[in-house]
Amino acid sequence: MSVDAKGRSGKARDEVLARIRAALSAAAPVPPPPPLPPPPAPPDLLERFARRVADYRARVTRAAGEVEVARAIAACLGREGGGRYAVPPSLPSSWLKAPAGTEFVVDRGLGPSDLARLAGSVTGCALAVAETGTIVLDGGPGQGRRAMTLVPDHLVCVVFERQIVADMPQAAAALADAMRTGPRALTWISGPSATSDIELNRVEGVHGPRRLDVVLVAGGPEDAGGRGEGRAPQPPPPSGPD
Amino acid sequence: MRVSLFVTCLVDTLYPAVGRATVRLLERLGVEVDFPESQTCCGQLHVNTGYRREALPMVGNFVRAFAQAEVVVAPSASCVALVRETYPELAEETGDPALAREATALVPRVYELTEFLVDRLGVTDVGARFPHRVAYHPTCHSLRALHLGDRPRRLLAAVRDMELVTVEGAESCCGFGGTFAIKNADVSAAMLSDKVGAILASGAEAVCAADSSCLMHIGGALVRRGAPVATVHLAQVLAGEDNVCGQRGVPE
Amino acid sequence: MRDALRPEAPFPAAARTALADATLRANLRRATSTIRRRRDQVVGEVEDWDRLRAQAAAIKDHTLRHLDRYLAQLEAAVAERGGQVHWARDAAEARDVVADLVVGAGARRVLKVKSLTTEEIGLNDVLAERGVEAVESDLAELIVQLGGDRPSHIVVPAIHKNRFEIRDLFARAMGLPDLAPEPTALAEAARLYLRERFLAMTVGISGANFLVADTGAVAVVESEGNGRMCLTLPHTLITVAGIDKVVPTFEDLGVFLRLLARSATGERMNPYTTVFSGVVPGDGPQAFHLVLVDNGRTRALADPLGRTALRCIRCAACLNVCPVYERVGGHAYGSVYPGPIGAVLTPQLRPDDEHARTLPYASTLCGACADVCPVGIPIPRLLVHLRSVAVRADEASGRLGARLAPERLMLRALGRAFAQPRQFERLQALARVMRPLGGRQGRRLPGLGGWTRSRALPTAPRRSFRRWWREEHR
Repeated sequence: MSVDAKGRSGKARDEVLARIRAALSAAAPVPPPPPLPPPPAPPDLLERFARRVADYRARVTRAAGEVEVARAIAACLGREGGGRYAVPPSLPSSWLKAPAGTEFVVDRGLGPSDLARLAGSVTGCALAVAETGTIVLDGGPGQGRRAMTLVPDHLVCVVFERQIVADMPQAAAALADAMRTGPRALTWISGPSATSDIELNRVEGVHGPRRLDVVLVAGGPEDAGGRGEGRAPQPPPPSGPD
Repeated sequence: MRVSLFVTCLVDTLYPAVGRATVRLLERLGVEVDFPESQTCCGQLHVNTGYRREALPMVGNFVRAFAQAEVVVAPSASCVALVRETYPELAEETGDPALAREATALVPRVYELTEFLVDRLGVTDVGARFPHRVAYHPTCHSLRALHLGDRPRRLLAAVRDMELVTVEGAESCCGFGGTFAIKNADVSAAMLSDKVGAILASGAEAVCAADSSCLMHIGGALVRRGAPVATVHLAQVLAGEDNVCGQRGVPE
Repeated sequence: MRDALRPEAPFPAAARTALADATLRANLRRATSTIRRRRDQVVGEVEDWDRLRAQAAAIKDHTLRHLDRYLAQLEAAVAERGGQVHWARDAAEARDVVADLVVGAGARRVLKVKSLTTEEIGLNDVLAERGVEAVESDLAELIVQLGGDRPSHIVVPAIHKNRFEIRDLFARAMGLPDLAPEPTALAEAARLYLRERFLAMTVGISGANFLVADTGAVAVVESEGNGRMCLTLPHTLITVAGIDKVVPTFEDLGVFLRLLARSATGERMNPYTTVFSGVVPGDGPQAFHLVLVDNGRTRALADPLGRTALRCIRCAACLNVCPVYERVGGHAYGSVYPGPIGAVLTPQLRPDDEHARTLPYASTLCGACADVCPVGIPIPRLLVHLRSVAVRADEASGRLGARLAPERLMLRALGRAFAQPRQFERLQALARVMRPLGGRQGRRLPGLGGWTRSRALPTAPRRSFRRWWREEHR
């Protein structure tokens, strides 16, 4: 327990806990509910994720395997007109083939105002959620610091098919063990920054990145060359209505 | 089957035509109707206003009045909701264990009229004719407490020569809420004004519902505005009492 | 200092003022009907919604029953991860703890992300007293702050303002005379206004949507990215949260994340959710303080039925469907927690407050709130329960007795009479005597409050049902 300099918090702690115990003294124990059974996995996790992430105005670019990631990322940057993009130090170098007019800047502790001058950032992710089109970053390899994916105006995020889970409860379960080991920060991203604060009208782009590109890769990150699974590369869909 | 009618204090005192229609409807469907004369009021007004202790004598009276009934039927969703949702615990609070046991045993035998018709008798066409344009107002207790669902509409759909019109925002509350209409009269009036506006816009000649209390509220505004729309209880429509539409606002 | 949980007027009086504002009513109607439609759509997509709600309710009930254990576990988990936990018994203690931390960190300005709990404890006022400027970063909170206003909704604090009002406010406060009254332009103006402030701030203050006991994690759910700014860029972060925000395990968090956004904004998921525990070296704030606030919650916890209100996850779905809220807006409730949930929470957090006692009556018991509540709070049942608590409290205090005595005496007498068929019948005869008052001619009667202002009294019939039965049917 913690006690601040005045010892005030320690006294408050004891009293709050005592009030709680007094309030519940006559209450019978309430057992925790058994966990809900996992829902049957929808057969089309990848397609569902693609649809849902596009519903919230993220642009989806397909890649048939990890070998195509560099091309897909370059296409996303090219569409935005290039510029300087932050990347985490641990991002696979094979993903980064800068098209003309584009430069990658490795983030080794860039300050907020440095980040504000960049065009965007490129990362991988920890997992993604099909039901909501959500991407989760957990600061692991290829994902970088939180500030890096927040301050620049454009985020390009690479999601592999094998990283997609069905829904929020499954995502939480998949992240729980890592969360129990030590301090950690997760960012759950569902589409670009938005607000509905004015007459409940949804307006995209307030303080976070105003544009979100998702590079959706068939298979998993370890099997470089997802063509082995017999999937044909798909052309990138037309860009979203933004 | 023998049914004990719980007519409700409001219908007994102010809307006896609704009670008479309920009796005629049930008898026409071959049901024997009994009216235990020791019944008075379920205590809803008291309980919902916070006078729980003061309601207990009424709870006792209700349970004793209907203890011998095979089935109790009432033309009121809100009274049935009160009995179903709170009587077991209210009876417990009287401190009379015998009464508590009787209340718990009685509750499953208490039905709202449309529940009884559809679920117990298995009828949706009661053979009525009602040659008017009618708006159905699903009352809050019909919708969200008893979950009557489409029962009233199925019954109404089978009525001959009747046109059922749609009312905008039909499922929103009319603003009655018992003593709410007095304690928060301004908010209540604002809600009522929107409800009455929607009913008038629907072109209905009559508005019908499963609760006379909400109809009293809506009718009060219709009468005050001199609007040519009658309020009729569902039982009156199902009994085919089309003469009620000749009157304005409050049928009696 | 004003207590944000004590209404300045009884509800009926505050509601009357609000009803007189036609713009307000139009704004509320438009906004709440939009959000209702969106919510129904995305909730309808989830097949096992009812099971999910039941699960969330069961998790909350279990947590509340063992709240002492989970708070201790949370505290240990936060400390293990480099954070520091502080406790506050009431609002004054909470704001002092936070203000001491801010002043101790040497900050003259702090960045805030929308937090009801900091509104509840009146934090901004005490910071101002101590020379610290609080910058609200949420668009709606900014609208409220620049307008010297108060939030009127739990999720959309400026729901009472329309785009034209907001345009005028921003044009004045930001010096932008040519600003267009379009949501896109207004959001862009807020972005530019806050951008510099975000990048330079050293202390951030947030609330929390959830606290997770087994991992010490704090979850902050938001849309704009201002929350991420506030939780990521400053060196020091102070999170203020009620003790009711805790859930046991990280797995439990998944259940609530599936429910919250759909219920709150009608989205499948809100754009950004930050979940962090303690201090992450090299990423985000390097000093973290969590302030746990009671401020009346343990009083609600003591009431077996009343404690179900502490399941609340502040989604505001009950506000958006409430016909009373839609007519009067949030300010009429006089508490930082408006709407149906506020009507059951406020009088429990401040049971001694006479105005708060009028809130449980601010409902027709229409039940729309209970239908949409994602954690199954039986709000109508709680309202009725708290009405009887209010009746008993008035009785015991004797203060309000004078005003409410006629009602109490009448209902008590009616209760006794209605329990006896013979007396009941005598009262029916009285209704017949009052017959001339009913119908179209019947006019305003002082004893019946506002009923007769807009409604005619019913005309009693010549013969009651029971007399007809006796005389003609039996």
